[in-house]
Amino acid sequence: METEAKKWNLRLYVAGQTPKSVMALANLKRICDEHMHGKYSVEVIDLMENPQLARRDQIVAIPTLVRELPSPLKRIIGDLSNTERVLVGLDVVSRG
Amino acid sequence: METVQSSSSSSAPVSGIEKAPTGILGFDEITGGGLPAGRPTLVCGGPGCGKTLFAMQFLVAGATRFGEPGVFMSFEEPSDDLAKNVASLGFDLDDLTARGLISMDTVVIERSEIEESGEYDLEGLFLRLDFAIQSVGAKRVVLDTIESLFSSFSNEAILRAELRRLFRFLKERGVAVVITGERGEGQLTRQGLEEYVSDCVILLDHRVNEQVSTRRLRIVKYRGSSHGTNEYPFIIDRRGLEVLPVTGLHLSHPASTERVSSGIPRLDAMLGGQGFYRGTSVLVSGTAGTGKSSIAAHFVDATCRRGERVLYFAMEESPGQILRNMKSIGLDLQQWVDRGLLQLHASRPTLYGLEMHLVTLFRRVQEFTPSVVIVDPLSNLATVGSTTEVMVTLLRLVDFLKSRGVTAMFNSLTASGDEENETHLGVSSLMDAWISLRNLESNGERNRGLYVLKSRGMSHSNQIREFLLTDQGVDLVDVYLGSEGILTGSARLSQEARERSAAAARQEELETLQRRLDRRKGAVEAQILALRAEIEAEEEEVGKRVRQALMQEQELLADRAAQAAARQADSGTLDAGPAERQQ
Repeated sequence: METEAKKWNLRLYVAGQTPKSVMALANLKRICDEHMHGKYSVEVIDLMENPQLARRDQIVAIPTLVRELPSPLKRIIGDLSNTERVLVGLDVVSRG
Repeated sequence: METVQSSSSSSAPVSGIEKAPTGILGFDEITGGGLPAGRPTLVCGGPGCGKTLFAMQFLVAGATRFGEPGVFMSFEEPSDDLAKNVASLGFDLDDLTARGLISMDTVVIERSEIEESGEYDLEGLFLRLDFAIQSVGAKRVVLDTIESLFSSFSNEAILRAELRRLFRFLKERGVAVVITGERGEGQLTRQGLEEYVSDCVILLDHRVNEQVSTRRLRIVKYRGSSHGTNEYPFIIDRRGLEVLPVTGLHLSHPASTERVSSGIPRLDAMLGGQGFYRGTSVLVSGTAGTGKSSIAAHFVDATCRRGERVLYFAMEESPGQILRNMKSIGLDLQQWVDRGLLQLHASRPTLYGLEMHLVTLFRRVQEFTPSVVIVDPLSNLATVGSTTEVMVTLLRLVDFLKSRGVTAMFNSLTASGDEENETHLGVSSLMDAWISLRNLESNGERNRGLYVLKSRGMSHSNQIREFLLTDQGVDLVDVYLGSEGILTGSARLSQEARERSAAAARQEELETLQRRLDRRKGAVEAQILALRAEIEAEEEEVGKRVRQALMQEQELLADRAAQAAARQADSGTLDAGPAERQQ
């Protein structure tokens, strides 16, 4: 693995405790623990509580996982049930 | 149709659903008050058809005029054009935003940034929208090309479900929504947005015909409301969008009995002695160079002289040219321009589409409130559009002017050789009076003739007048009517001269005859005298001879008596014998 020096700064946008949100959070936890153990930080933002952030951060789909670091910025939308695509999106494994 | 008619006078629709006025001139009239309040409306059309501007105007009008704040959510790259457009309408979006009347939100989705993994929905968008609506207390929402979402997300099934939910959500919020959509092949929008928006669909169209662009608006659907179904031309200019409804669905112009002078006394005389009716439309038709503009100039002069305002639309000449040319026939129109009574507006017909001309005219008339409008020449407009378009435009124009009680004079150029009955763009039926100018060609010269082809509601002359352009303006003279037909110009002059000389010749002949008679009479009398003298001479001769004969007889008798006495003869028998023998 070439991910030794990497650090992941992630934000997960959800809207209340919907099944999709719950699912996304669970999936994220699992993936992070498995692939980025100790090298990540996740902030969960509930847009139900802070709706103005949706505009600021250009959120349309829910759930959206925003990869702040490593740059460039990346958005992974969905309940993160497709682990392969999440890993690609987080740049944990390179494509192909 | 009731709603359409009645709403032009008041903003409240007669019946049906509640409406949100758009503030777009003309549009609220044809829809009977605007877009459906609290419901979504789809505005679709090709690129550059003005749908974003339509939406923006709806929003800005709500915020500034109708106390309905709004949310503008754009799904396209934020463009400076939009802000500029709105600024040119006299609204500062930043200011409106700062005052909490409008909330602007641009949804930017970078396809390259996005990775899809599993199920998602567009709750983020809903929350954004909801937050914006609540933050300004919006009654109006614009979603500018929500279809862009289809290129941002790959899961169309989710998108469609979410769109359906979005419109339900918006209806629950009770906001009037304008959704713009790009015109698609075979359907109104590319993504079939019309299937979600069932309340009101408006189609905007921008087409170019023979290098002249025209914009059209059509209300495809308006649930729960009557609406005009025609294609309405509209324009976009510095004041934004403006729709031109076909006015005068009902003919209810007030008819004035007041008369206005044409400025040419003889023409007034031909028109029942007093000129045109105020508020009517007059057509002046004729081939090139028959003096149409001169007639118009006289009308202008006469109107300004009464202190009334005139608006002159020149389609051929520049204002300076008109003023100069009219000076050459003794009309100083410059003085009326200087005194603010005359406005000249010159533009090439081909410069804009018909609608633009119409709107320009409408606006000028509204601003200047003239009592007379001149369009010179009307026929040039025909170069811009098809006959039907021109016809409809003119219909609007005539109706508009009539409804305002404006007397209008339209000059129409007819092609040489056309008969006077040529339809003149089919407008003659719209006109109340029609003055026809004709070239009367004969003997190698061309003269102008004028006659009144029709004039509704007054007795008018059926005579052709010869029309003279002099240094003192237009003059009408009687044409020569004689056995040789209508003669004008030098033919008329020479005919008159011929008549004069013929009269003189006749006089001379009479005198000759008289003299001859006198002579003959003298001769006869002389003859009579001679004859009488002859008779007298004869009488004298005869008398003389009678006397001689008598004398001889007496002498003979005397002789015979003497002889008888001498012979002592019996007087009874002898008396006759010698006398008989003698004779």
